[in-house]
Formats: sequence, structure tokens, C-alpha cells
Amino acid sequence: MVKVVESPEGLEGQGFFATSLDKVIGLARANSIWPLPFATSCCGIEFMATMGANYDLARFGSERLSFTPRQTDLLMVMGTISKKMAPVLKQVYDQMAEPKWVLSVGACACSGGIFDTYSVLQGIDKVIPVDVYVPGCPPRPEQIIEGLMKIQELAKNESLRRRDTDEYAKMLESYNIEQAK
Amino acid sequence: MISTETIDGDIATQNLGPTHPATQGVFQNILKVDGERILSAEPTIGYIHRAFEKLAERRPYNQIATITDRLNYCSSPINNIGWHMTVEKLAGIEVPKRVDYMRVIVMELARIADHLVCNSVIGVDTGALTGFTYMFQEREKIYELYEEICGARLTTNLGRIGGFERDFNDIFHAKLNAFLKEFPVNFDEFDRLLTRNRIFMDRVIGAGPITAERAVEYSFSGPNLRAAGLDYDVRVMNPYSSYQDFDFSIPVGKDGDTYDRFVVRQEEIRQSLSIICQALDKMPSGDFHANVPEFYLPPKEEVYRSMESLIYHFKIVMGETTIPAGEVYYSVEGANGELGYYLVSDGGRTPYRLHFRRPCFIYYQAYPEMIVDSVLSDAILTMSSMNVIAGELDA
Amino acid sequence: MNNEILMAFINENTNNSAVCSADQYDMLNVNIKADQLIDLVDVLKNKQGFIYLTDICAAHYPEKVGAEFEVIYHLHNLIENQRVRLKVALAESDINIPTLTVHFVGANWMERETFDFYGVNFVGHPDLRRILNMDDMDYHPLRKQYALEDETRTDKNDTFFGR
Repeated sequence: MVKVVESPEGLEGQGFFATSLDKVIGLARANSIWPLPFATSCCGIEFMATMGANYDLARFGSERLSFTPRQTDLLMVMGTISKKMAPVLKQVYDQMAEPKWVLSVGACACSGGIFDTYSVLQGIDKVIPVDVYVPGCPPRPEQIIEGLMKIQELAKNESLRRRDTDEYAKMLESYNIEQAK
Repeated sequence: MISTETIDGDIATQNLGPTHPATQGVFQNILKVDGERILSAEPTIGYIHRAFEKLAERRPYNQIATITDRLNYCSSPINNIGWHMTVEKLAGIEVPKRVDYMRVIVMELARIADHLVCNSVIGVDTGALTGFTYMFQEREKIYELYEEICGARLTTNLGRIGGFERDFNDIFHAKLNAFLKEFPVNFDEFDRLLTRNRIFMDRVIGAGPITAERAVEYSFSGPNLRAAGLDYDVRVMNPYSSYQDFDFSIPVGKDGDTYDRFVVRQEEIRQSLSIICQALDKMPSGDFHANVPEFYLPPKEEVYRSMESLIYHFKIVMGETTIPAGEVYYSVEGANGELGYYLVSDGGRTPYRLHFRRPCFIYYQAYPEMIVDSVLSDAILTMSSMNVIAGELDA
Repeated sequence: MNNEILMAFINENTNNSAVCSADQYDMLNVNIKADQLIDLVDVLKNKQGFIYLTDICAAHYPEKVGAEFEVIYHLHNLIENQRVRLKVALAESDINIPTLTVHFVGANWMERETFDFYGVNFVGHPDLRRILNMDDMDYHPLRKQYALEDETRTDKNDTFFGR
């Protein structure tokens, strides 16, 4: 039994369907998010379990994992990010093309977790903007899937011009990220 | 990210990592390659250094179990139980036989789980993704068994100083019996897929070899050392937790290459299954924890009624229990090798110094020597067959 | 070979200047000086079969003035199944000790980690630099005078954590 997504509201007739571009693009983006699993530690193993047959992330459209940032939409940061790793994370984020979303999985990525130490970055939102936070240590696969579903909500309802607004540019500037033109 | 940065004559410098699809974690290697042959490698680690040893100086003894979880997170019960046994040795606590057997069952399940990950990932790196998908289903069954004991799937924080927090219940026994019936069948299927597969063998034999003498000089331990030819296993050399009661053999390889490491881990999974069956058959009755009220939480009914239990409960929960002063080195056979704890206590509520002897950290130093003169794809295979877990590498 | 025979052998080879004590868990603790280390490990490895170096670590005892740092070596005789612990005390002003990489190749990273955490200088080490922390870190974090947390973090309020 395959469930197909519902089409948005629109004007229908013989051989044509009229709706707004926002909704169609949102629908397409939301159901084909290709993630980049930036798995560093224990949450990475829970992610591998989520990709497995029991919890199956692929049925949400995330069939193709890619480890190259140029071809992905969603940066899933799973695991502790140390201060040594933070520049690498920023570089990977910079290399992704718009539109891109960031999912911070696990307590360590959200806020440093149990490691309140000198070498651990206390949350990846110190270096990159984050869209959805999934707490847990490690979060259950169902929680990771819920995080992905919230990203899908964001992708579906996002306005097409959001990435061009001044507010977005100001937000990126606060992280010292150069916005690609 | 693999990128060719400089070309100096015929020698190119390639960067392997720290974010890389094939590595089980974050570590970087800068390789000098001549065409496809690797001339030298320079590893950089520390990308997930979380300062466990300094953190342990701040935490009371029963809270350190949560840190030990995150060392080798594919088989966290072994780390937890090793830590509890270290504290029991320093405090002079004797646990009942039933606790020993329960611990053996849990540790062998963890060993199976870790070896499944390693072998499936060797399959994935040679292109065989099917084995990975099937074996992760078996890991889900092991996760359900952990959930019955302690409530968590991956970072288990299992057991307490002196034993376990609850006995094995009927659901656990039912699930374990079902696992022992179904797992060997599925595992044989995975075995038939790879172990005597002509393509797999041609690919993997001869990749990343190391001799036994060299391995001992590098202080290897665990399946990597046994694949090289030396049968050093802490469970046999310094038996702990009643391992001497069980009858199992130690598989040993010949050349120390990737194929030997793969086959040694396959055989160890079978030996672990046999140990679990023996432990279940011979399980003695008795208490599931030692009678040490200073370290083990008393039952809640007694806390409400008796004054001593209330005081013990308060002291344990607030982390005010003290261990006698002294120093001890204790080691268990982790899934990757000899996992050791060097604990110095000054009689206070937290350790004065705790050092983890992490097998991954020690044997990863041999990686540049193992991949010299091989091709890049063999270097990837060697890395995944050594089962380098980043949490244990950096601590 | 039990601990008494080993103690006699060690005393013989260090002119009775080593201080041996068996810890209550049956491992022999041997306290020696830094310059006796290489020769003692040499005879232990080649004549008594201690071919396996289990671990190298260090500890900081700031109250013991003149012997603040202690480097601890665990060796293991795989044939006869015996372990021994060698301890070398170093003063903070003279924190040098010869490297064990001449006998065991595996000592390389173990000594780098000890240098990274405590600043112990292993004389003769082929590549003594930081391994786990960032290269530009200018202090040795596991020494007792340094805090666990990063002092510059702004998002955690220390009063709630009891500090």
C-alpha cells in the first residue's frame, strides 16, 4: 500500500491543474530531502539503525544519502562536535547549495550534551544556523524521524523568496557566513 | 572529502577525512600517493576529543558509568561492566555467582553486536550492502534485549556497582530464547554471502597485513592481534566474572590481513553464542546484586521505613559514597581488545585519576605502516576492518 | 615467577635503589628514577619476558613538591602471565624522561598523549607534539590547576551547576 502525497488546493480541469508555485515547489522539496549524515559519534550509530529496515528513513524521500555537500539538502549533524571539528563543519555547511536545512541530532550537537568540557563545542548553533533540534542521548530512531518530519514541514511551507530576504542575510552575517550570490 | 591538493612530480597529496563515508568516525589521514600506490600516511586524530579523563575527576563513582558508555559505543555494556568491576576490585566487593553469569550473557551480546557492525561495514566497503541491512535487523533484536534490562538501546548505563538493578524478567528470557533460535540461521546466511565468496576473498585477502611480532610491538590486542596469530585474550589470561567456567575457544588467524580479521570476528560471534547458551543453561539461582548498602541503592520500601536505608539512599544519590584509597589497574576483553581502567583513588567521592587504556587508540598507530605500498581502496578496507571507533580513539 | 622473584631480580638490576611494593591486588609496583628506566625495561623485556607494553599514563600530585608528576608504565609478560607497574616521579622543574620508543614502537602515541595532557617531555621521541587537543592550545589541560569547563562559555550559568 503506497501512500501518495496529497496534491495542494487548486483549480482543476481537463488536462490542466492550476495552483501556486510556492505550494508545488514546497511539495517537491519536502518529499525528496537528500540528507548529508555528518555522523561523528554515538548518534551516528542510531542513525544507521534509522536508515536500516526497521525504521526506514528512505520512505520519507531520503533514499539517497550523499556524503558530498554539493548534492544534498539537509545537513544532519549527529554526535559531538569538538572545537577541532567546528571549522570542518562550517566548511561543509558553506559548500552546500541553497536551499539547505540543518538538523541537529542529539544532546551533544544541540548544546554540548553531558560534555561540558574545554574541548567540546557547546552546541553547533555557535557556528551554523540550525533549523530543528532533536534532543536525546541518543534519540530514538522515532525521534530522529520526527525531526525529519518537522524539516519537511519547514520545507513545504517555506516561501520561495526566503533566502533572498534581508533578514536571512542578516542572520547569516551574525554567524560570519558568506552568503553565496 | 578526498581532494587532490598538490602534485609534485608524480607524487600527489590526498586528504582522507575527517568527514568520509567509509570511516566509522572522524579521523583524518593525509596520504602521499604515487598513482594508486600509497607511499606514506600521516594520521590526525582528536576531532572528537571529549576529555573523558578530566570529566571523570569531577563525577562520583556511579555517574562515571555514563561516560564509559560513550567510549566504544557499539558495545557499551562491556565498558560499563568493566568499570563496575574496577570499582568492586578497589572497594573489595565480592559479587554473587548469579551476577557473574548475568554479566557474561550481557557482555557476549555486546560483543556480538559490535562484531556485526564491523563485519557488515567491511561488506559495505567492498560493495555488498545487503549484508549490512540484514545484520542491522539482528542488532535491533539485541537492542530490544538491552531495553528489557536497562531501558536504553545504545548507551546503556547498564548494571550497578555490585550487580544489576533488576533481575532478568520473563520477557527477557523469552526474547533471548527467540534470539538464540533465529540469529544463527540469519547469521549463517550472512556468512554464506561473504566468507567463501570468490569475489570477496580475492578482494580482501592480502589487504593491510601485519605480522604477529610487529603487532606485539605495537601493543595490539583483541581480534586484530588474534588475526595476526597471537592468541591473547583477557578472558582466558586473567579470567574475570567466572569466565573460567565456560568452554570456548579463541580463533586465531595467520597473516593478519583483512580477511583474517573478518573471519576471526565471524568465528568469535559463534563462540559468543555458545557462551551465552552455556551461561543460560548453568545459571545459578541467587541474588542479582551483592549486599553492599554503601554502593547499591536499597529498595524503596526500606528507604521509607528504616533510618540506615534512608541515609544510604541519600549518600548514594548525592554522590557522597567514598571508595578506600589506593590504585588499581583492571582490564576486560572489550570487543576491540584489552580495555583497561587505571584508577587512583584518594578516598574521596570522585576518582583522583582515571585513565582508560583504549585499544583503538593504541592499535591505530600501526595504520600508516599497514597501508604502505597498497592501493587506496585497500587502505579504506584496512581502516574498516580494524574497527576503529572514534569515541574510543579520542576519549 | 611470582612477585618475590621479580622483586629480587629488579633489585639486583637497579643496585637496590628501586622501591618495590606489592599493591594489595597482587601487582608489583616499582618506583624508580628516570635514568634507570631504559635499562630496567631492557632487562625486563629481554631477560624476563615482559614483551608487551600495556599502557603509559601520568598523574599529577601537586602536593608532593619536588615529585609532582608521576609517569606510570604497565608491562605484561604474556608467557607467564605476570604484570608489573613501573612508576617514575618527576619534578615540575625537570620534567624530562627518556622515551620508551626504543623498546616498544607502541609507546609512540601513548607518550604523545601523556605530553598532550601533562606536558611531560619524552627525550628522544621522534615526533613529540599534541595528539588529541588542538595544536595551538597553550596549556596542558589535565593538570590539576586547570578547570574542566571552558571558562569563556556564555550559555551556562555556573550557579545552577553548583560551581
